[in-house]
Amino acid sequence: MVSLSKRYGDVQAVREVSFSIGRGEVFAFLGPNGAGKTTTVKMLCTLARPSGGRASVAGFDVARQPKAVRRRIGLVFQEQTLDDRLTAEQNLRFHAVLYHVPHAQVEQRIDRVLRLVALEDRRHDLVSAFSGGMARRLEIARGMLHTPSVLFLDEPTVGLDPQTRALVWEDVLRMRREEQATIFLTTHYMDEAEYADRIAIIDHGQIVATGTPGELKSQVGADTVEMVTADDATATGRLQAAGFRVQEGDEHLVVFAEDGEAQVPRLIEAAGTRVRTVHVHRPTLDDVFLHYTGRQIRDEAAGHAMPMMARARTARH
Amino acid sequence: MTATALDLPGGPLADERESLAEELRTTGMVWEREIIRFFRTRARILSSFIQPILFLFVLGYGMSTLVGTTAGFDFKKFLFPGIVAMTVMSTAISSAISIVWDREFGFLREMLVAPVSRTALVAGKTLGGASIATVQGTIMLALAPLIGVHLTPLVVAEVIGIELLMAVALTAFGVFVASHIQRMEGFSVVMQLLLFPMLFLSGALFPLTGLPGWLAVLTRLNPLTYAVDPLRQVVFAAQHMPPAAAARFATGVTLFGYTLPVAADIGITIAFATVFLALAVTGFGTPE
Repeated sequence: MVSLSKRYGDVQAVREVSFSIGRGEVFAFLGPNGAGKTTTVKMLCTLARPSGGRASVAGFDVARQPKAVRRRIGLVFQEQTLDDRLTAEQNLRFHAVLYHVPHAQVEQRIDRVLRLVALEDRRHDLVSAFSGGMARRLEIARGMLHTPSVLFLDEPTVGLDPQTRALVWEDVLRMRREEQATIFLTTHYMDEAEYADRIAIIDHGQIVATGTPGELKSQVGADTVEMVTADDATATGRLQAAGFRVQEGDEHLVVFAEDGEAQVPRLIEAAGTRVRTVHVHRPTLDDVFLHYTGRQIRDEAAGHAMPMMARARTARH
Repeated sequence: MTATALDLPGGPLADERESLAEELRTTGMVWEREIIRFFRTRARILSSFIQPILFLFVLGYGMSTLVGTTAGFDFKKFLFPGIVAMTVMSTAISSAISIVWDREFGFLREMLVAPVSRTALVAGKTLGGASIATVQGTIMLALAPLIGVHLTPLVVAEVIGIELLMAVALTAFGVFVASHIQRMEGFSVVMQLLLFPMLFLSGALFPLTGLPGWLAVLTRLNPLTYAVDPLRQVVFAAQHMPPAAAARFATGVTLFGYTLPVAADIGITIAFATVFLALAVTGFGTPE
């Protein structure tokens, strides 16, 4: 579906990314800020011309058939693009006309998408009275109004509080379920990428790994079990004798085990000494990101989240 | 784009063009949005009348004592059509601020990424701003009895026609300027720089006869001149004007010693409107 590169002057923003997304899939592009996520989205949405490579969206070439692509995609940008002096309904009506929703279906589609994001009772309210989360959900509804084949969401939850982020995610997944849409989203929140069917990790304009969250995690390695025991030396020896790979830390032992939780009773038995605490750690996408890039994504993401929030708020007035 | 097998009729590229019906629907929606937004900003409606009314009464009465009355016709009556034109002009040009506004608040993007042509969007924006300006200018006609200007239904209809043409030209000009401006403050500054010279050099406030050469040239270069003159001529046609008054408060734009008929004025205004519209379409939403 995609093989793209993008160069801005001397800066190679996207080196070469290749991937394909199946119909009805939720596909997450995961990477730190500046990794090339937004640039890739822009190329796929025909808002930026690729400097090399080809991509097709919903069966149409992004460079040669931009309008055909645009008719078949829904877009939710990082920045808000609602008219806050219009009501929710007026914003949707405007969008329906711009995307050629047949006249007879406009009313019905507006009803439906507003219901899907649970904003039907705010239909006649001005958008200026909406909270950031409500505005974002209205944008998702709007993105789906013309029944696109693919819905693109660029950092849909940036600057929102955790509860609202969860609501936004419910909306996104409901859209996929009820409207059979393919969903492409970018995020730098690791925990969110877990919702996706498949993930591509992008760093410095290149995809470093692709797979389901489970696949990616299993590539990183086995679960780790941290044990605090009465006698670490004894426990280490016995566990090793029982065939486990053990690392002795300052305050605890780290045992590497497939399916760590199921192994806990065996580990306690094998340790042969009193076990005070056991903690099973499954690899997270943070570990996956660390594994592929050698860096923690959070370090970079945290610094960026605050200004974005401040911006989202000032834009409301 | 070169033609290949894919571009043949019925191929995917058939999807690349909008039907005229879709284009008109888009233009209508953009127009409707401008109107809805206009009625949401009542302060703007009121404030846009303050300046013309101030000019009409303060400048009108003030200058009337100085200029005096010629055969029962005074400066206020001369000024009246000019003030109507001024109302249309300032409303039309400043309505384009909505584009700067849309850019700042992101809505411009919603429009630009849609599968519609820029022409349809610009047409909607321009007609929206022009409709508002025409209505505002026409409301000013209600002051005619206070000034002693006599209007007939035919004159009102003619005035509305000229207002609309002038409003389209000036809104398109505003859209063109606004498309090249990123920030709100910038737009206000540029507008102040353009509005007053255009107004003062248009013949809205004084007759264009007997001016010094440099001033005459500037007024003839001003697009607004060719819209103000026909407006004044149709209003004056309904007034009782003895020859002395008609000579004192002359109408008609002279170009190279030749006085243009109203039809030529209108032709020039249409030409300006076309050029400004073309510029507005090419400049609208220059890619990021």
